[in-house]
Amino acid sequence: MKIKRKHSFSALLLPMYLFTILFVFLPIVYMIYISFMTRAEVWGFDTHVTLQNYMRILEPLYLDTFVRSLKLAFTTTVLVILIGYPFGYFMAKLSAKWKARMMMLMMIPFWTSSLVRLNGWVIVFQSNGVLDKILMGLGITTEPLKLLYSYPAVVFGMIYALCPFMILSVYSSVEKMDWSLLEAAVDLGANRRKAFFDITFKMTMPGLLSGVVLTFIPSMGLFFVADILGGSKVVLVGNIIQEQLTKGRNVPFAAALSVILMIMTSLIIALYRKIAGADANISGLG
Amino acid sequence: MKKNSLLSTIYLWIVTIILYIPIILTVIYSFNDNKSPVYWTGFSMRWYEELAHDRSMKEALINSLILAFSSCGLSILIATSAALAMRKRESKWDKIITYLSTLPIMIPEIILGMVFLGVFSFMNLPFGMLTLIIAHTTFCIPYIFSMVKARLQGIGTQLEEAAYDLGARPFRVFWDVTLPSILPAILSGAILAFAMSFDDVVISIFVTGASTNTLAIKIYTKLKTGVTPEINALATVLLVVTIAVILLSEITKKKEE
Repeated sequence: MKIKRKHSFSALLLPMYLFTILFVFLPIVYMIYISFMTRAEVWGFDTHVTLQNYMRILEPLYLDTFVRSLKLAFTTTVLVILIGYPFGYFMAKLSAKWKARMMMLMMIPFWTSSLVRLNGWVIVFQSNGVLDKILMGLGITTEPLKLLYSYPAVVFGMIYALCPFMILSVYSSVEKMDWSLLEAAVDLGANRRKAFFDITFKMTMPGLLSGVVLTFIPSMGLFFVADILGGSKVVLVGNIIQEQLTKGRNVPFAAALSVILMIMTSLIIALYRKIAGADANISGLG
Repeated sequence: MKKNSLLSTIYLWIVTIILYIPIILTVIYSFNDNKSPVYWTGFSMRWYEELAHDRSMKEALINSLILAFSSCGLSILIATSAALAMRKRESKWDKIITYLSTLPIMIPEIILGMVFLGVFSFMNLPFGMLTLIIAHTTFCIPYIFSMVKARLQGIGTQLEEAAYDLGARPFRVFWDVTLPSILPAILSGAILAFAMSFDDVVISIFVTGASTNTLAIKIYTKLKTGVTPEINALATVLLVVTIAVILLSEITKKKEE
């Protein structure tokens, strides 16, 4: 049902159109433009069209970084699914009172600086830190594990930073699920495992998928997790872009790296839309 | 619907506890007399004293608040009016703009930082609060827009049509019928957007000027330069404020019910 045309207020659209075109669309176009330019002596770029920035990405050093980032994003996403899906599922089955309490418990960390929380893990993983003290105190290990500034520490940090997004998006889709379908399946003789995979899992697929997008995409760009927990040992695409912009002062190359990263993420989003349907709400929170 | 088994309840608690480990440690070590978190040399309030005397930290906090409030306010105006106007029409351009407007929360933050850095230098905008507000508004809009849009779809148009039929003017209908029903959606979108703005480091680092620090940038630079118990104290203070605000809002909600 539509409200009569005379009450449409098209002028209300103007700010959104202006803002989006001026500060989202044009900037992205401008970045693509820069990526074909030549680096200037000090800062910025000269308007010489070149493909050199893209050729440079094919150098083993940078190609390896892309592969490493993808691997890390993939590992992170799989682990986040394994940890977050059951959590979101069990959380949706709590009583109304506990659901609200659990929700509050989930939201408080969201409001604490993510950097501070990562620093909390530095305290844990540090050589002779809390974890080492506990393990050595119990006699499980005899010397410090040296977990900080290692690859596993970065994976752990990524999981920690991104799992809540998976939990919330799975939770909201389990919450909306029609449980009578599941009961019907069980009544008709399906065993619990079959009923789960055929019904619950399929129906919560949109939540799971939006959780995957919300995990996979940021995990390729979160340079500060690698910075704080990985030291300089784990270098990801995000770190290289940041380095090229700050220390390297090579804006066109940073732009080319960003364009490739953006194409990769757009492909993932397109794939997601194809599977989940065009109208799917990616935030999973709506 | 079956209740959770004991095992799944244990699972929920273990994950929740892990979620809180770094927060609890941060609180504990904010009272550590020693600068290094490897050693505990006794209870002390010295980091809180240092924090209270740190003027640059206070400035950064004020900047963060100004930034979060302005970009949320701006986003509420832009996103809500657009969601309202788009509801009454079917347009290809609306869909394209909607898609473009969600990009800032879809693409990795670092790209957004890079994009803004490029375009703001091109536009010759002075890097500082203005550029920060523009950048933050772009990623606050989609949170509020998607919530309000979903809510508008949920409420339908019957009530408003009834109001129109009864002779109410458009503004009156908006103020008395539409606004009250979308207010919760606006608020929950804005709360999320506020949290994202307050916590953002990646984009802010690229678009801020030399003289404008936000709290998150300050924390990042301090963490990178070394061990800083002052940050633990700051985080503890913010945590207490957060919990107080959440509890207060819960209590008022209960009273309304």
